[in-house]
Amino acid sequence: MTDTTYDATRTTGRSAPPFPLRSRARRRASDTMVRIASTAAALFALVFLFWILAVVARRGAAALDWTFFTSLPSPPGEAGGGLANAILGTAAMTVMAALIGVPLGLFTGIYQSEFGRGTRFGSFVRFTINVMLGIPSILSGLFVYTLMVVTMGHFSGLAGGVSLAILIFPYVARTTEDMLGLVPDAMRESSLALGAPRWKTTLGVVFRAARSGLATGILLSVARVSGETAPLLFTALNSPYWPKNFAEPTANLTVTIFNYAMSPYSDWQRLAWGASLLITLLVLVVTVFTRWRVGEVET
Amino acid sequence: MQEVPAEDRREDLDPVAAGESPRDARSAPPAPPVPEVRDRGPHAVADPSTLEAPAKILVRGLDFWYGDRQVLFGNDLEVAERRVTAIIGPSGCGKSTHIRVYNRMFELYRDQRASGTVLLDGENLLDPEMDLIDLRRRVGMIFQRPTPFPMSVFDNVAYGLRLHYRISRSQLEERVESALRGAALWDEVNDKLDEPGTALSGGQQQRLCIARAIAVEPEVLLMDEPTSAVDPVATAKLEELVDTLKDQYTIVIVTHNMQQAARISDFTAFFYKGYVVEFGPTERIFTNPSERQTEDYITGRFG
Ligand SMILES: Nc1ncnc2c1ncn2[C@@H]1O[C@H](COP(=O)(O)OP(=O)(O)OP(=O)(O)O)[C@@H](O)[C@H]1O
Ligand SMILES: [Mg+2]
Repeated sequence: MTDTTYDATRTTGRSAPPFPLRSRARRRASDTMVRIASTAAALFALVFLFWILAVVARRGAAALDWTFFTSLPSPPGEAGGGLANAILGTAAMTVMAALIGVPLGLFTGIYQSEFGRGTRFGSFVRFTINVMLGIPSILSGLFVYTLMVVTMGHFSGLAGGVSLAILIFPYVARTTEDMLGLVPDAMRESSLALGAPRWKTTLGVVFRAARSGLATGILLSVARVSGETAPLLFTALNSPYWPKNFAEPTANLTVTIFNYAMSPYSDWQRLAWGASLLITLLVLVVTVFTRWRVGEVET
Repeated sequence: MQEVPAEDRREDLDPVAAGESPRDARSAPPAPPVPEVRDRGPHAVADPSTLEAPAKILVRGLDFWYGDRQVLFGNDLEVAERRVTAIIGPSGCGKSTHIRVYNRMFELYRDQRASGTVLLDGENLLDPEMDLIDLRRRVGMIFQRPTPFPMSVFDNVAYGLRLHYRISRSQLEERVESALRGAALWDEVNDKLDEPGTALSGGQQQRLCIARAIAVEPEVLLMDEPTSAVDPVATAKLEELVDTLKDQYTIVIVTHNMQQAARISDFTAFFYKGYVVEFGPTERIFTNPSERQTEDYITGRFG
């Protein structure tokens, strides 16, 4: 039988609820309030973020000219000059820190995920890494100061690199453990079941399966650490000269920002803004690049 | 049918290992909980001579623990060479645990422990002296869900070959092709060898895993519910494949699908709560089971 018209007398009627219903208006009101509050908070955060970006961009853009990237800073009060030495110094110390911190972190993460799972030592390592992640970065600087600067008798780029490496290490260890942990055990078992030794399974299969996540995590942690100031204050210090070797105080962007921004000279303040914009751009570019790569891998 | 405590059974029923102390893969377990004594039926332990083929794997008194919890109790079983042996039983009865002893997969996890005798070609594979890598070359495994490695189809199949053999590029290509043909996958992927293995369909991925496993020419293939994650058409293909593979390989297959066990296996073992309740030729198990529990299970009264 095909019936194309509706006949309400042939449907069931609405039954009475077992208890009095809660007020619908109240429910709607609370819903609206929570929604407004959370939207406002999100907007507030966004406004500040874009405000910072806008100020940095406006003030910094004026400083980013050819000389900024090619010349040494000029003496106080004199016009012109650039931060080429600081750019170079920051790049060199970041690379050094990455060369020390990334392999150490990777192997620690591998240990935790592949060998130390469920062992006492493994959980002790995890606990230590978590503590290290929470330690203020200035302590890393202070530690290296007593360890290296005091014993060697002078500030040095080497000490700066080491103090940054100490910050990179726990990030990378944690990311590595997390990313390798996402690889299903069935993948490890499949490789082992073919007769692969453990190291081959880890490097040839597990690592490969996690590689895009690992690359992302490492890039982000290096970028983040390259913008640290506190650990360099006590270690690399700063310098108005070209970085020649890692045994001397080494110019770098973040301490330069700190020094120049507080100085009374408007040219130095201008350079500080330029350096701020440069670091911001670096972090922004790395973040966007990794987002884009992760998105690409996921599809 | 006498009731034999599991502890004694090992010596009583073990014609092969008799006279030599049962060797444990790990250090002696902490006082194992005394397993419930049960009637195991006349066919629970088939005489190897009834297999009508030599036993490739012979299991005697296999116990297994996850931590302090024992889940396998005195398993006895024979796996006939170049035949298909099906393992059936309700969920959680220990089927996967049992076959994961055959390639010592369980050793990946530190709280898992097996004891007893599992002879592969007459050698106890639980013996710590046994070379694990060689054992796994000889005993391959296919998992429930396909696990293509994050590399190309070609490299997936070549993975095991490169691992075990010094082999030239042309020999490698030859072997990869024959493994893919052996897994009935060649015609579907011969133009996709450079694409990632993950780009294949689920059923193709499972056959890729079979190709990867047979590429190293194992003697035994363990399959743990290999068709549970693929559709009926792919299942039919895989079953057909198992039928051709048994000319060359000894196959042990865990399955929840009674029809599948009846269709493709020569022998069937019924597991229940960690015991091998009944074992024998598939036809007899399905037409004339001697154990009440087996009958209840295969007729769908429980499980
Ligand atoms: N990793 C583990 N840790 C602790 N107990 C486990 C572990 N794996 C399995 N078990 C237990 O061991 C028993 C046997 O499990 P097993 O996986 O071998 O059963 P199964 O017969 O394969 O079941 P299914 O048909 O569901 O796959 C179950 O009681 C299960 O809870
Ligand atoms: Mg299972």
